[in-house]
Amino acid sequence: MSYFRDAGHLFRFAGLFVLAFLLFMGLRHFAVPKTFGQYGHYRAAAIGDIAAHPAKFAGHDACETCHSDVAEKKSHGKHAHVNCEACHGAQYQKLAVSAQPKPGLYQAFLIRIGKALPPDPPILRHADDPSTVTPVLPDTSVLCARCHTASAAKPKGFPQVVPADHSGGMPCESCHQPHSPAIGSDTSAGGAK
Amino acid sequence: MLVLLPAAAIAYKYALAGTPEASPNYKMSDHWWGMLIDIPKCIGCGNCVRACATENDVPDGHFRTWVERYHVTDDNLTTPEVISPNGGKDVFPVAQEDAGKYFFVPKMCNHCADSPCTQVCPVGATFVSPDGVVLVDQKYCLGCAYCVQACPYGCRYIHPEKEVADKCTLCYHRITQGLTTACCESCPTGARQLVDLKDPKDPIHAFLKTHNVQVLKPQMATGSKTFYNELDGSVR
Repeated sequence: MSYFRDAGHLFRFAGLFVLAFLLFMGLRHFAVPKTFGQYGHYRAAAIGDIAAHPAKFAGHDACETCHSDVAEKKSHGKHAHVNCEACHGAQYQKLAVSAQPKPGLYQAFLIRIGKALPPDPPILRHADDPSTVTPVLPDTSVLCARCHTASAAKPKGFPQVVPADHSGGMPCESCHQPHSPAIGSDTSAGGAK
Repeated sequence: MLVLLPAAAIAYKYALAGTPEASPNYKMSDHWWGMLIDIPKCIGCGNCVRACATENDVPDGHFRTWVERYHVTDDNLTTPEVISPNGGKDVFPVAQEDAGKYFFVPKMCNHCADSPCTQVCPVGATFVSPDGVVLVDQKYCLGCAYCVQACPYGCRYIHPEKEVADKCTLCYHRITQGLTTACCESCPTGARQLVDLKDPKDPIHAFLKTHNVQVLKPQMATGSKTFYNELDGSVR
């Protein structure tokens, strides 16, 4: 034991190092998010947070589940590859502020001091429950013109007209039915039953 | 049946918890996402810009995707006139026929494999996910805007309310559910196509072999995964 007779100061010093190391590990445990480094130099749980954002566009498959008659009509026309929501838009609405779930006290505090982001407001979608959101019929004079107004900038093969000359102010749907736009191809616009 | 029940229970649990990344149906290692933009098909309607803003709550005046219209004439072959009224959300003015050529170039995050923006982040708040999408962890981001400066394509901005970096997520919440992105869903001409480079059945593989496909700023070696068909040399 005489070996360690004059080494007490070294042990005390080593003890300090061990204590500091443990303190560092303890602090690190609380400071570094649990999933940090799972896939790389970032918080892996962020991937799940981003994927949890609510989708507003339901996708044409969801529309065609119920509106198969329109899908059938559209499949024969020139607009076969134009998805429903390209014209009708996303059929959703945000929940009223009063109906949104409130964050807990601690979460609200974190949001207040800027340490957490407010959650995405929940939404109601026509595709999930048709009774919640009633789609509005789009205005063809705006909608058709957006794509089909003649411009030298557009690809040459794309059907284009000067709206004033082409229809003389008549609405587009008096001749062209949007789901199958060739003249005489169909007489009913076809939509929700 | 007895074997299947626990699997369904697990799937339901994940569906309830809203963690699609852990969902048994979506495996990150099976995908390597990118985008194909077919310039000759783009008509500049701005549907993609509006759809993106709706889907992702993009604040006014900021863009995760936008459409530029190029006008190249003999006088400005290398410095063409480029316009993008409100990012393409507003209708482009009617162009008159002249000696020059016009075309539209939709722009968005290029989801680079070797992205300059993720390399400069001092805190590890932005990263390339295992399925090849460049994402921002907005809970971790400080809003220092190094990444905004580093992106050679100008695809990032600081969110005015959240005060953190914001950018195209390639609609990560949609593609992990088997949907396509909001911009692809609403493109009436199919000028945008979501591609999965790890899917051997994806038509992108044949397309890349049979078309003149280029990426933006290839000299920067960013490993961009947004492919442009028939990209004009004047595009910057």
